Amino acid sequence: MSSTTPTVDVERTPVPPVSLREILPYWVFAGVVLMFGIYFVGAEEGATAVFSGSAVHELVHDARHLLGFPCH
Amino acid sequence: MMRTLLVRGMLVGLVAGVLAFLWAHFVGEHPVRAAIAVEEAAAPPPVPGGPVEEEVVGRGTQEGLGLLLGTTIFAVAIGGFVALVLAIVQGRASTLRVRATVAAVCGLGFLATVIVPFTKYPANPPAVGSGDTIDERTGWFFVLVIIALVGVVAAVRLGRQLHARWGAGNAIFAAGVLFVLLMAVAHVALPNENEVRAGFPPQILWDFRLANLGTQAIVWTTVAFGFGIAAEHAVEGRPLRPRARPLPQTVA
Repeated sequence: MSSTTPTVDVERTPVPPVSLREILPYWVFAGVVLMFGIYFVGAEEGATAVFSGSAVHELVHDARHLLGFPCH
Repeated sequence: MMRTLLVRGMLVGLVAGVLAFLWAHFVGEHPVRAAIAVEEAAAPPPVPGGPVEEEVVGRGTQEGLGLLLGTTIFAVAIGGFVALVLAIVQGRASTLRVRATVAAVCGLGFLATVIVPFTKYPANPPAVGSGDTIDERTGWFFVLVIIALVGVVAAVRLGRQLHARWGAGNAIFAAGVLFVLLMAVAHVALPNENEVRAGFPPQILWDFRLANLGTQAIVWTTVAFGFGIAAEHAVEGRPLRPRARPLPQTVA
């Protein structure tokens, strides 16, 4: 009677995937904003600069080093 | 759903950033201070009446608020990106449980953005790098990260294609071999950048690079664990508790 025994497949989630239409605007907006976050921590006022001076670089200086980004 | 996942990913990222700050502040700053001390000992003594190098941001702020700001902004971004990637792959490229998918995304993200660049362009403490080559070093660093991310996608695709024929173990092994081969090619093809000047104490360098790996590991594992729970809860719409499944014996 094993054919009538329902099996619970713990590998698979029954939840349908999030639709790509819903994901796209979040990717475009959040993706850009988060990229800028990583850019300011990782590279601003190093190889390239949006602002002149070195205040951003100096402020996040230790984080940039300890997160492993190239820094001076 | 996407909004919930993104918000939770970034909130877990905030926690991850604070934890990474604690590690970086209490452990990572030791080799940073030691490296700065080496630099200052090697620098010529300031000329009386000569130009004084103005400190834009004090060391205290760099080790405290600045460090906290940097780790949290970075970790919030990582949490957000993991959420964005999860929404795409869950139910498509991955049919695993949500927590397992999050763990896989974080593990592969750590591999591509931390481990791979670590093998080619490892982090250096202050006072080691040369300011003259920062442009090309930053450029090649990000090129390698992008190559590694493309390599991860290629390896996962190969693994999924081979899964049905070869089984999970062999498919994962084959995907791993492809990834290592791609990274080996990139390793040989990209230019070397050795910034460590002769005579710099190797112990400080080693301690600093371990601290760097630790900071990143805390970010990624916190997101993997915390967001795994938060995302599974959100996707499956269930409160978090040990999963009790009904026994399948009640069917007539």
